[in-house]
Amino acid sequence: MIFSFDLLLEAVLFGVLLGCFYAAVSMGLSVSFGLLDVPHVAHPALMVLASYCTFLLNRMGLDPIVAGVLLMPPFFLLGMAVYRFYYETFEKRGAETGVRGIAFFFGVALIIEVGLILGFGVDQRLVEAAYIGQSMPVGEMRIPYRMLVAFGLAVLLMVALTLYLSRTFTGRAIKAVAQDEPALRLMGADPVRIKQWAFGIATAAAALAGAMLIIVGPVEPSLDRVYIGRTFSVVVLAGLGSMTGTVAAGLVLGISESIVLMHFGASWAPAVAFGLLLLVLAVRPQGLFGR
Amino acid sequence: MKFWISAALALGLVAVLAAMVQNEYYFFAGYVILMYVVLATAWNILGGYAGYVNFGTPAFFGLGAYTAVVVFKSTGAPLIVQILLAALMSGMLGFIAGLFTLRLRGIFFAIATIALVVIMETLFVNWRYVGGATGLQLLRPAPMPPFESYNKMLFVVMALLAVVAVAIARWVQDNWIGRGLRALRDSEEAAESSGVPTLRLKVFACAVSGALMGAAGAPMPMYLSFIEPASTFNLNYAIGALASPMIGGMSHYIGPVIGAIILATVQQVVTVTISSEMNVLVVGVLLVVFVVAAPEGIIGLFRRLRDWKKA
Repeated sequence: MIFSFDLLLEAVLFGVLLGCFYAAVSMGLSVSFGLLDVPHVAHPALMVLASYCTFLLNRMGLDPIVAGVLLMPPFFLLGMAVYRFYYETFEKRGAETGVRGIAFFFGVALIIEVGLILGFGVDQRLVEAAYIGQSMPVGEMRIPYRMLVAFGLAVLLMVALTLYLSRTFTGRAIKAVAQDEPALRLMGADPVRIKQWAFGIATAAAALAGAMLIIVGPVEPSLDRVYIGRTFSVVVLAGLGSMTGTVAAGLVLGISESIVLMHFGASWAPAVAFGLLLLVLAVRPQGLFGR
Repeated sequence: MKFWISAALALGLVAVLAAMVQNEYYFFAGYVILMYVVLATAWNILGGYAGYVNFGTPAFFGLGAYTAVVVFKSTGAPLIVQILLAALMSGMLGFIAGLFTLRLRGIFFAIATIALVVIMETLFVNWRYVGGATGLQLLRPAPMPPFESYNKMLFVVMALLAVVAVAIARWVQDNWIGRGLRALRDSEEAAESSGVPTLRLKVFACAVSGALMGAAGAPMPMYLSFIEPASTFNLNYAIGALASPMIGGMSHYIGPVIGAIILATVQQVVTVTISSEMNVLVVGVLLVVFVVAAPEGIIGLFRRLRDWKKA
């Protein structure tokens, strides 16, 4: 292997774009798992579901970005319903929710995945738009526009969520429920309703993430399995529920994955996210920006 | 004693079946059902007794399968040696992985075990000796004397493994190890402060569970006459191993056995009559329904029925 500075620079630049994308797809999980402690293994599956909805809307002539935004309200409601169900069947019963809660979301992910296979087959699907397939020359390199579009969307989503959680009343209530639920109850607020709202927002973020996913590349029903690793490693590396941390962790994952991809080949890349995750869990379980 | 009599009866039934039935397909399907009995029983030792959700079944299973391939390719050793070495390797993996990851709780442990699967798969994809990503064709040797076909032999071997696995699970459940595991499942702090060596027990459970999964994986390359990383480290094994105890009931060693027999049989029937996608859907739906509606599994349903009759 010959070390080349240009190649490294290209890997880092591509890694930054990829990293912002990873951060954006992990934002929803950062709320639902990071803040609310729900073992939401089905988050990536919901994302892939949104990708397929985007694919359908795109075939009807809608731009994938518009489709992603349109999908947010129905996914918001879906998320609220999922949390309500989870709360009634598991959290309310108290003890021993751990094992069954994880198994429940695992089962949900499986049902979504197979449902998509039955509906669309195992083939890869992609969307069409003016900016897909073109690329922008930067010096010697070429950066595909689809990466830039996803990058822009990712930045918007991250800024919006961060501002929402720190500036608005409900946003602060969500953070409060993560910090001290009994205290919130004493203040006369209903923690379950706030959590339900937050879970809705997390799922709406997953809808937009799904649109980004299919803009960046072709999507297949089993894609959620890879993204379980990526999203959870970003959220854990970030330190549960830290939005700034999620961006930093996304960048770390994106850059390391892209360097490994360019220097060792594609067959080693899938292990990067998980290797990173194991390393973090072993060395610094509270993450980069742990609370 | 009752346990050993029923185990002997089950093995006797297997032997009679092997001698009587001619259609090879039944052994082909029966092998998979018995394999899931072993996997589910092994999973339950850590997942059911100690409450640690392990998604890493394919890592242990796959390491066992690949160990068998390496042993077979380099020395041509018989199946029994392959199984023993596979159990040893996967047990060691369980020991090492447990030592590092069992300090983590709940979902963190579960995610770490998914990581283990992907890392193992990546290692074997990049190892040329065992065929890399494209896989390796294997030539089955002739079956051992009393058996006229290799499928029948594998079926009987897997039945023996199932009895060994259930016996081990029963032994763990009934002695102080099982009591310690249940104590730490209910409250790790309380168990630790009453003198239960929690980490040592968890690592032991993880190693035993891993070794059994490895043993279950060892005959797989011979069963398929082929090995390839993507299907060997497939998360579907994790789903089967996890869903069976959830459906059968996790509190008793017979739960995973009941769950695995029901689930794997339904899967085989659905695969043959409808499609292989549908069989994964069936597992998902059954898993969700049982977790939501019958948290104690089929065993729990029976117990409730018994109490209701008494009252």
